[in-house]
Amino acid sequence: MDFGGINPVILIATLMASAVPILMAALGEAVVERAGVLNLGVEGMMIIGALGGFIVAVETGSPVLGFVGGAVAGALLSLIFALLTQVFLANQVATGLALTLFGLGVSSLGGQGYNGIKPPSTTQLLPDALADLPVVGPILFGHDWMVYFSILMTAVLWWVLKSTRIGLIIRAVGESHEAAHALGYKVNRIRLMCIAFGGAMAGMGGAYVSLARVPQWVDGITAGAGWIALAIVVFASWKPWRVLIGAYLFGGITVLQLNLQVAGSAIPVEYLSMAPYLITILVLVIMSAGRKANGAPAALGQNFHASR
Amino acid sequence: MFRLEKRPTPSKFWLYATPPVAVILTMIAGGILFAAMGKNPFEVIRTIFWDPIFGEFAFYLRGQLLVKAGPLILIAIGLALGFRAGIWNIGAEGQYIMGAIVGAGVGLAVFPTESRWIFPVMVVAGAFGGWAWAMIPAILKTRFNTNEILVSLMLVYVAETILAKASTGFLKNPEGMGFPGSRNFSSYPAAQNAELIAGSGLHWGGVAALVTGVLAYILLTRHQAGFQIKLAGQAPRAARFHGVNPARLVVMCMGISGALAGLAGLFEVTGPAGQISIDFNTGYGFTAIIVAFLGRLNPLGIVLAGFLMALTYVGGEMAATNLGLPDAAIQVFQGMLLFFLLAVDVLTNYRFRLAVGAH
Amino acid sequence: MKRRNLLASAAMGLLLASGASFAQGMDKVKACFVYVGPIGDGGWTYQHHQGALDVQKTFGDKVEIQYQESVPEGADAERVLTQMALGGCNIIFTTSFGYMDATNAVAAKFPDVKFEHATGFKRDSDNVSTYNARFYEGRAVQGHIAGKMTKSNKIGYIASFPIPEVIMGINSYYLHAKKANPAVELSVVWAFTWFDPAKEADAAKALIDQGVDVIAAHTDSTAPLAEAAKTEGVIGFGQASDMAAYADGPRVSSIIDNWGPYYVKRVGALLDGTYAQADAWEGIAGGEVLIGDITDKVPADVKAEAEALRDSIAAGTYHPFTGPINKQDGSPWLAEGATAPDGDLLGMNFYVEGIVGDIPQ
Repeated sequence: MDFGGINPVILIATLMASAVPILMAALGEAVVERAGVLNLGVEGMMIIGALGGFIVAVETGSPVLGFVGGAVAGALLSLIFALLTQVFLANQVATGLALTLFGLGVSSLGGQGYNGIKPPSTTQLLPDALADLPVVGPILFGHDWMVYFSILMTAVLWWVLKSTRIGLIIRAVGESHEAAHALGYKVNRIRLMCIAFGGAMAGMGGAYVSLARVPQWVDGITAGAGWIALAIVVFASWKPWRVLIGAYLFGGITVLQLNLQVAGSAIPVEYLSMAPYLITILVLVIMSAGRKANGAPAALGQNFHASR
Repeated sequence: MFRLEKRPTPSKFWLYATPPVAVILTMIAGGILFAAMGKNPFEVIRTIFWDPIFGEFAFYLRGQLLVKAGPLILIAIGLALGFRAGIWNIGAEGQYIMGAIVGAGVGLAVFPTESRWIFPVMVVAGAFGGWAWAMIPAILKTRFNTNEILVSLMLVYVAETILAKASTGFLKNPEGMGFPGSRNFSSYPAAQNAELIAGSGLHWGGVAALVTGVLAYILLTRHQAGFQIKLAGQAPRAARFHGVNPARLVVMCMGISGALAGLAGLFEVTGPAGQISIDFNTGYGFTAIIVAFLGRLNPLGIVLAGFLMALTYVGGEMAATNLGLPDAAIQVFQGMLLFFLLAVDVLTNYRFRLAVGAH
Repeated sequence: MKRRNLLASAAMGLLLASGASFAQGMDKVKACFVYVGPIGDGGWTYQHHQGALDVQKTFGDKVEIQYQESVPEGADAERVLTQMALGGCNIIFTTSFGYMDATNAVAAKFPDVKFEHATGFKRDSDNVSTYNARFYEGRAVQGHIAGKMTKSNKIGYIASFPIPEVIMGINSYYLHAKKANPAVELSVVWAFTWFDPAKEADAAKALIDQGVDVIAAHTDSTAPLAEAAKTEGVIGFGQASDMAAYADGPRVSSIIDNWGPYYVKRVGALLDGTYAQADAWEGIAGGEVLIGDITDKVPADVKAEAEALRDSIAAGTYHPFTGPINKQDGSPWLAEGATAPDGDLLGMNFYVEGIVGDIPQ
């Protein structure tokens, strides 16, 4: 089953892995934004996670601990953002951008001495017998555990946001912090926890880059993935399953355009390399056309101060 | 525990006192960082903040501050108008690139004609390039309700690909031995954005930045459109009752910020940068977002914030070169400065009170 | 003009103050380096910095090293260069093509400071020298190994931007693979980036998914090697640095940018007063291009052939671009026995015959 030399089964299997960093970071950011906080520091949290995860994995020899380390590192960095925006009521957009700058710098300083090392490898989770099955094997069974974990997190967050009390509170805080406050919820504390969660998710996404996608540490390793994650959240109208679709769409077109180049497609290369961005825009236009609201949380980007 | 209490009116004192306080706090925290790295903290701090303005080579570096601050201010002012109205143009970087490409393209198309009209036409073309690139998210937003954050951001990457194509293809210097990059404008006087006063670092971009700062201030304080912008940001519903047309506001704000970013790109490519190259863009479009907020979205504040940002770049570079600090340490230091500036700002609108009991 | 005089006289003042004299050699040299990336990039800039460290090691107290990382091209480069020249640097190495115009502009203002620009061609004033390395020589050796080692007869090349340096590498790689194995087919993927590890990995994956089993990369990270390690039977090469961490896996050899010998030579010349403007383009012979260890994955006879090829290039008895070679469209480029003039190589904008696909223009 080949289309012009491109095997769709392998393509799907590949995009599922290459979308993991963006998916994880975007899921985290979706929760943060649902709580009404716009954290533009995703790139900074991802790269700190990439470094933190790498160091922990190398020092302990355990890739799983590495991902935990990446999550912790991302969460710790996000706490700076939380402190500034929730306690000192600093502007979220500027703080987020500063966080990216800071995170890139810290990761570069902290990563000295970790260049050129190979981390312990993150391997396929299920036995080859399953992964070697035709068609469903590579797509369903051939991945490392993070691929499954990222899909699981999509489902969990969808369920939490939609059907649980916690989700209701998060949404309430994001839609109208005044009302949520009046109902007795501690708006800033809830937001702080969401920010830390977002940081942990971005950190794990970053760790996936340095431990599985690329396996190595180099300065600037995430190379802008955090920005794409931010765009995917908007693309998804802040809904977890749509985040997954967006990440897979973007990752899929990126992989597809490279495959088309290898297969000797007649489309000029420069148009192929623009394709992921243009198609994402196009799909968003189609999806949002004719709708009144774009689903953004009403209090997005606004700080809250309880006057009483 | 302390708790925050909102001031009835913003404190005039803290409005002016917070930036110096933040800088001092940054010096302390940064000094600890530099000391931990085995450097003399006083020397580093002096190199960053003092030397570019008053040091041995200040005669050169003062001008460089202007070169660096100019594009930041120009872009940030445009962005601030949109941000005030709640319109999120995150893609100024792309508009900056497209302004440079379109403007430079017009100039290079008529090479080597000498006419005094070439540069002004290029300026218009540069503004047009940025404006047109910003119109894509603007029109998609007004027509299809598509989120402008995503579209403007994605278009940055598209613009970067076009830039690579321009450098290796349609704008490539025919006498460049096949190497990427356009002709250098320093060898084409009619299209060059040269220094206006030799050695001052002042070129048309700097002039445009300062003039725009004043114009934007007037627009926001004295003009109907400025009122509409502020109203739309603060109270979207009230704005509608006042006859503010949201679609027109989007097109206006995106258009202004795109045109200003395009102008910045044009002035940069014809002046300090000199040519279109693969890596022509260096992140001014993103840094300008920070500058806009540091300046509290106020045109005059933005001018000051632009210079402060430029100082940390130029001074930071000096510290890295002369004192052997890694570039990353400067980035961390910049991050800290921003954190402190943003955090201390709270004192303008709030005061800390000792909390007695709960609430 | 005024600014130029101002700066020049400032430099003059410094010069007089330090009492240095250039004609007779110098007691102490301040050598400065401008880098395009961070020294932790593990590739291009890392290797230049290793060269700078070699200078320090060789001359000890007699040199002072300064460097600036991640300098953007254009206005920022011009400022950094001016600062360095004002700050007393005697020789400044600018290590990226994009610094060409800035280097020449600043050099014109500081006639007593020596400027060395990597990979460029402009030497507007006589204190500007240019230097480059003949990486295509290393690509020839890689190509030979690739042709011999591929089982699927499909080899790949992850390219960065369509510039002569990269096109030269692709052509050299292909020609020698083809010579070793006439059935070989080359797939080129343009990543449009020098450095984006995740994208490089995706590009390698795309090549592997379509049956390519030997991958060469012109981008800087080890991501393609790491991706190759995931599939049994796929091999690759270290790029810029040795990438020895992958020697027990897919990495069968490497091209190492080795700038140390050149930097030591130039700074040494400045110290002993023999410095002169130069246009250096050294390769394997000059030690600037090193072929990293060929591992045991490569059969002994192939290894011997590859090393013989390397040695014949080093000895000057063989040029990787020796005719007859036709361009992609079939028109002749080099006649039987002719070797490529440097000018043709430096401006190369065409594929050689046999490569499928177009160069993005």
